[in-house]
Amino acid sequence: MIQTEVRSWDRQRTARHERLGRAASLAKGKQVQASDATALLEALLQPGDRVCLEGDNQKQADLLARALAAADPARVHDLHIVQSGIVLPEHLEIFERGIARKLDFSYSGPQGASIARALNNGRIELGAIHTYIELFARYYMDLTPHVALIAAVQADAQGNLYTGPNTEDTPTIVEATAFKSGIVVAQVNRIVDRLPRVDIPGDQVDFIIEADRPFYVEPLFTRDPASITETQILMAMMAIKGIYAEYGVKRLNHGIGFGTAAIELLLPTFAERLGLKGKIATHWALNPHPTLIPAIESGWVEQIHCFGSEVGMDAYMAARPDIYFTGRDGTLRSNRMMCQNAGLYACDMFIGSTLQIDLDGNSSTVTPDRIAGFGGAPNMGADAHGRRHASDSWLKAGREASDGNIAMTRGRKLVVQIVETFGAGMAPTFVERLDSVALAEKLQLELVPVMIYGDDVTHIVTEEGIANLLLCRTREEREQAIRGVAGYTEVGRGRDRAVVQKLRERRVIRRPEDLGLNPLDATRHLLAARSIRDLVGWSKDLYRPPSKFRNW
Amino acid sequence: MEQFTIQAEAASRCGGTRPSAIIGVVASGNLEILLERIEGTGCAIEVATSATGFRPIWEAVIADFVQRTSPGGLRISINDGGARPDTVSLRLMQGVRLISEVP
Amino acid sequence: MSDSLPLAEVAGRDETASWYEATARERIAGLLDAASFVEFVPPTARETSPHLHLFDLPVAFDDGMIVGAGRLQGGCVLVAAQEGRFMGGTFGEIAGAKLVGLLRAARETGGGCAVLLLLDSGGVRLQEANAGEIAVSEIIGAILDARAAGVAVVALIGGRAGTFGGAGLISACCSHVVVSEQARISVTGPEVIETNKGVEEFDSRDRALVWRITGGRTRVLLGIADRIVSDRIECFREAALQGVRQAPAFGLATLVAEQRRLEQRLRTLGECRDTPEIWRAMGIDEPGDVADLGDEAFAAVVAGQGTRHDAR
Repeated sequence: MIQTEVRSWDRQRTARHERLGRAASLAKGKQVQASDATALLEALLQPGDRVCLEGDNQKQADLLARALAAADPARVHDLHIVQSGIVLPEHLEIFERGIARKLDFSYSGPQGASIARALNNGRIELGAIHTYIELFARYYMDLTPHVALIAAVQADAQGNLYTGPNTEDTPTIVEATAFKSGIVVAQVNRIVDRLPRVDIPGDQVDFIIEADRPFYVEPLFTRDPASITETQILMAMMAIKGIYAEYGVKRLNHGIGFGTAAIELLLPTFAERLGLKGKIATHWALNPHPTLIPAIESGWVEQIHCFGSEVGMDAYMAARPDIYFTGRDGTLRSNRMMCQNAGLYACDMFIGSTLQIDLDGNSSTVTPDRIAGFGGAPNMGADAHGRRHASDSWLKAGREASDGNIAMTRGRKLVVQIVETFGAGMAPTFVERLDSVALAEKLQLELVPVMIYGDDVTHIVTEEGIANLLLCRTREEREQAIRGVAGYTEVGRGRDRAVVQKLRERRVIRRPEDLGLNPLDATRHLLAARSIRDLVGWSKDLYRPPSKFRNW
Repeated sequence: MEQFTIQAEAASRCGGTRPSAIIGVVASGNLEILLERIEGTGCAIEVATSATGFRPIWEAVIADFVQRTSPGGLRISINDGGARPDTVSLRLMQGVRLISEVP
Repeated sequence: MSDSLPLAEVAGRDETASWYEATARERIAGLLDAASFVEFVPPTARETSPHLHLFDLPVAFDDGMIVGAGRLQGGCVLVAAQEGRFMGGTFGEIAGAKLVGLLRAARETGGGCAVLLLLDSGGVRLQEANAGEIAVSEIIGAILDARAAGVAVVALIGGRAGTFGGAGLISACCSHVVVSEQARISVTGPEVIETNKGVEEFDSRDRALVWRITGGRTRVLLGIADRIVSDRIECFREAALQGVRQAPAFGLATLVAEQRRLEQRLRTLGECRDTPEIWRAMGIDEPGDVADLGDEAFAAVVAGQGTRHDAR
């Protein structure tokens, strides 16, 4: 007989009970006072723990972030932070104070420069920068949190949570933590007797803390129509006529730039006049963009699933349950994991903007000294090789890519970059070498941060025209197609005019006039709404924009 | 500020009878363009811009503009608040359309 | 004088054209009878600021002030329009002189031509502050002279730059003031208050607060403006026409009545810290929601107040 060492199979559960035991004196039932939040975390956490401090590009568990940043580094140190967003100053403070050491994340936004500095001076040991769905996947593989610190709108005494319209990452985080013997702490805006709906069952939640003020939500998807330029309108007209209409794109995701906001506002006007209603842009994986309100109200949109919510849109969405996913209580239910999945597998097109594109079509939002992270764009902007269902636009793109001479046709997702050739401060969008390459060298990253890889990009739209990269047959053709729409940037002026002319004859490059469009017709009069106030009017006063977008 | 004049020869004179036209506003990222008639088929473009060091781009934009719209017999004066090339190009075309309109 | 300079692209009369969005030239073109405007000192005269080059700043061929004569429903009007996007519509030496000249010409008509002031201005241009300050005082004098000679001076306000500093003072001297809800009227601008008194006193980035205090709806309820219209050039045209016709006579009795009205207002509302308190004191239902009412509902509130400002 082989003698084996006796192994205990529930060490994690045992450890969980030990942690709960240490924290028991701070809780009354599951409730802990906000003033005891730091003491609670000090009791629960052990050095080296993987911790998810909920925060993404929208909602933030800000009370718990402050509580963790105030912890005693002698007791709580060397944590491994595994969370979507590094957004609040406290998220960095945790590293500056030595409470945390290692980081795996997805999005940084406003803290991009601080993260680069902290990486450079060794305060942060970087695991990887992920896309959302990729980080979530790792929660279930090798980055399962020991402790999750999350945010909800309301809780009841049993710990059932109502996450409200901004559900976002919460179910995904809790699922991974609670079912692997981890501990879940929720900050809530209010503890009530009866919840409007249960988003997270109470038996997955260990502690609840009533916060002194509601958790912070950033209005990230509001684009003021007043800021949309004639150039952006021209690009939107080209995209609608040259891509949406040609491929009959019905299922899609939009980025958050002004170019795509212009497209949303041209659906009930320009696109309607082209007879495209019902033929394009009917099903969306999209946050609640206020600029889509006119298209919804004009009957263009069948349904929208949301990653998160948007400040001011709640009442509007609650009043449009045929369009949005809503709970029995009537309010929006968002879910980032599900929506990312929809964007990856069930959308026929992604269209969005970026800061830099190189000669191979690789794009990046990294600027020197800033790490902005990825968020969800790379999942939206990637051809899903696991896709096995067909649609007309997917097949058409696939046929173009294969030149029609392949025995087994395979489809392609349309991945469209819509950019102006120059960005703010006359910074060229088209470059020979992405700034992210230099940043990767400087910070010794294993991977160059690329938002969308060139081989996934199918079209580039600029004010000069559309480049259809599906129709390019060689690397040289791709480069000239990109140069051919790069305007007056150095990359654009470096084009081979004869080759570009040939590409135009093959419809690889199409100018506004090739699409029957006159740039002089691209005026703001085409926008279904020209101001936030107009959007409020379209919404029948249901949309309540945050103060910073008001001019009345 | 940087000032320079770019002289071009157009294929033909700009149509219409208006003696002058103005379009655009001097603001950050924007510009105003004043068009006036002169003799011949030449086109004189006087640029005063707040963004220095971009003369090669102005020359490229203007060369394409002259080829596309043939603005012969025009003196074009520009006050620029740092507009991007696409805006410059658009305003130039708007200006030519405006002065070409029959009042 | 006349150069038959086309103002800007105006494809017919666009009934939805926004005043807030339009350039000064588009506003004039949409406001007046078609093709009736004749510009004085047009851009081709190149009367540009002699100061801005010292600051390495670009000039504008009209210095951001467009003046001229035209027709409003057939009647003669003299018009001045500020371009709020050029240097914030500020009063510099040339812009100021153009407006003073226009107002003096108006006085000479003895009421034959009304004046329309399309104000869109942050006040005096800092780079030419002395000239600008002098211009503002000359403009105020010229407005009062013109009014005394029987000329109606109507201010039309609803642009991006608001009506601040000297422009705010000028608006208060007019016979009739028309605003949209996007309008802002004040003397000291939000940023200036914040700089001098701190963000606790006034957060200039809190746009709801800025409009609650200085915005068109507030100004019309307080009697600082006489009429509020939707943000459409068409609506301003209609209101300008009425304003010209209804302008009150100008004399000692008017001024004394105005003084009484202002004293009364200070007595009853002087202690209020924010407008919802004022609306409560004035007996307006749901005082917090004034900004969120639809145009028609707000018009009913204004009508309910029966606000009359014949004291001007």
